[in-house]
Amino acid sequence: MNENIGLVLITIGVLFDLLGCVGLVRLPDVYNRIQASTKCVVLGTTLSLLGAMIWLGTAAVFVKGLLCILFLLITSSTAAHALARAAHRSGVPLAKESVVDRYEEDMQDSEISEEATL
Amino acid sequence: MNHSDSSFKQKPLIERLVLFAIALVFWLLLVWPVSPIDGRWMVGDIGVGVLVAAFVALVMHEIIRVGFIRLVNPRSWFWLFIYAFVFFYYVIKGGLDVSYRVLHPRMPIRPGIVKIKSVLQSDTGKSALANSITLTPGTLTIDVTEDGWFYVHWLNVLSTDEEEAAKHVLRRFEWFIQRIFE
Repeated sequence: MNENIGLVLITIGVLFDLLGCVGLVRLPDVYNRIQASTKCVVLGTTLSLLGAMIWLGTAAVFVKGLLCILFLLITSSTAAHALARAAHRSGVPLAKESVVDRYEEDMQDSEISEEATL
Repeated sequence: MNHSDSSFKQKPLIERLVLFAIALVFWLLLVWPVSPIDGRWMVGDIGVGVLVAAFVALVMHEIIRVGFIRLVNPRSWFWLFIYAFVFFYYVIKGGLDVSYRVLHPRMPIRPGIVKIKSVLQSDTGKSALANSITLTPGTLTIDVTEDGWFYVHWLNVLSTDEEEAAKHVLRRFEWFIQRIFE
């Protein structure tokens, strides 16, 4: 029984991982792609780990799985943030569908005021 | 040499001890040093853990602060427990939302970067909020300023107004995080 529940969870998880990859290909610019790859992949990997925990069902696997989920949540969002910020700072433009870019506006304002003080 | 000596003294012993304990507990939980065959403790694994934890506690600075230790009170733990469920709900919603947008033939996205003001003061609170925003429906924190402005990339911009955007993106987590960390 546990084996079946675990298998179902792992299957759903792998499906979400796959959707994350589809998003990586289909979405227009680097920021949207980072979104797809963090959100879908975090959900997919969490579900796969939960599936493995339920399938094997020992205390050791349970604790390790929970710790892995915790580390995954912390590191993947931090990595996504670092990638997006680095991309914006090095001048990667947003896709042409984008409606607003307050970060760019504020960066330009601060550059202008820096030049004015010089 | 002088520099490292002085920084060694600046860090109170209690912070090093707490860091050592946390590192060791994480190691023991990850390695699980009980032999699956005969159920005996594997002394070698525990020994390596003690060495590594001691090294980490000696080398690392400013990961665990005294102020941070004081924050550990039952009330924050209670809210952290509640928040874990709320957060997991939003992680699932975020995954489903992005999957829907990716699979839709015309891809209903309206991306953009909005600017949101948070009321949180502490660094810990702001990092927790930034991580929560990144993992939930269609939003990704790009930068956080000292005075609490969040620049958020939004997959489906509903409003460019600061107050309106804050309602959609950030208020639902701020309430919890304020009770956990501040």
